Amino acid sequence: MKNRIEVEIKVPNQTRYLSLIGKIGEDMARELVNFCGDREALAHHLNVVLTEAMVNAIRHANAADPDKVVQIRISISNKMLAIKVFDSGQGFDLNAIPDPVFEADQLEEKGRGIFIIRSLMDSVVYRKIGSGNVLEMKKALH
Amino acid sequence: MDLKTEANGKLMVIFVREERLDAHNSEELKTEMNHLFETGTKDILIDLKEVRFIDSSGLGVLVSGFKNASTRQGSLRLCGLQNQVRSMFELTRLHRVFDIFQTVDEALESY
Repeated sequence: MKNRIEVEIKVPNQTRYLSLIGKIGEDMARELVNFCGDREALAHHLNVVLTEAMVNAIRHANAADPDKVVQIRISISNKMLAIKVFDSGQGFDLNAIPDPVFEADQLEEKGRGIFIIRSLMDSVVYRKIGSGNVLEMKKALH
Repeated sequence: MDLKTEANGKLMVIFVREERLDAHNSEELKTEMNHLFETGTKDILIDLKEVRFIDSSGLGVLVSGFKNASTRQGSLRLCGLQNQVRSMFELTRLHRVFDIFQTVDEALESY
């Protein structure tokens, strides 16, 4: 566990908790020992990825049901960032979401969340687990 | 959501006085823009000086306003983007879509 921080959070399936989750991610990036990269950029990216992944779970996977729960596990060392977002809903097809930037209509209002996550992380996988799903995102840190 | 709307001639300036423009609060900005367009406003300037964080929902609401303005032969321009906010426009290439200015005063000179 040397130089590694792991945090697990459970919050109701509501957007009011986005700010809290984002801030926890930012604080983790700032507290990380022996990280040589751009700490503020990492803090911002963590905030963005956590926000986008949680909105995805709230709206798409958990169908905006406020009684459901979103569980988030953030693991960060000076070499690797790993985020898992667990939902308890029906899930969605990660590959069915178009890439808004390269589509003909750049002025699409929705669909940028997954594109942003993919841009900021090295790998993004969505799979069934138990009675729900998990969105797993990893990024090597330098 | 803390928004302040000021008239400057025919132009309406919306000051977003929030640290975050995200999936939790951005619909309120959309409602305010729609209200202004529906009551005859053609040109809106949005000052994001106080916004430190924007997500895809916030960007989507601004795109919605941009399209709404375009269909009414009006405009939606932005100013006061902090570095992290600007980086999100660049990541999604939306900096090529919007007219973006440093300050309200600089934006006002563009009309």
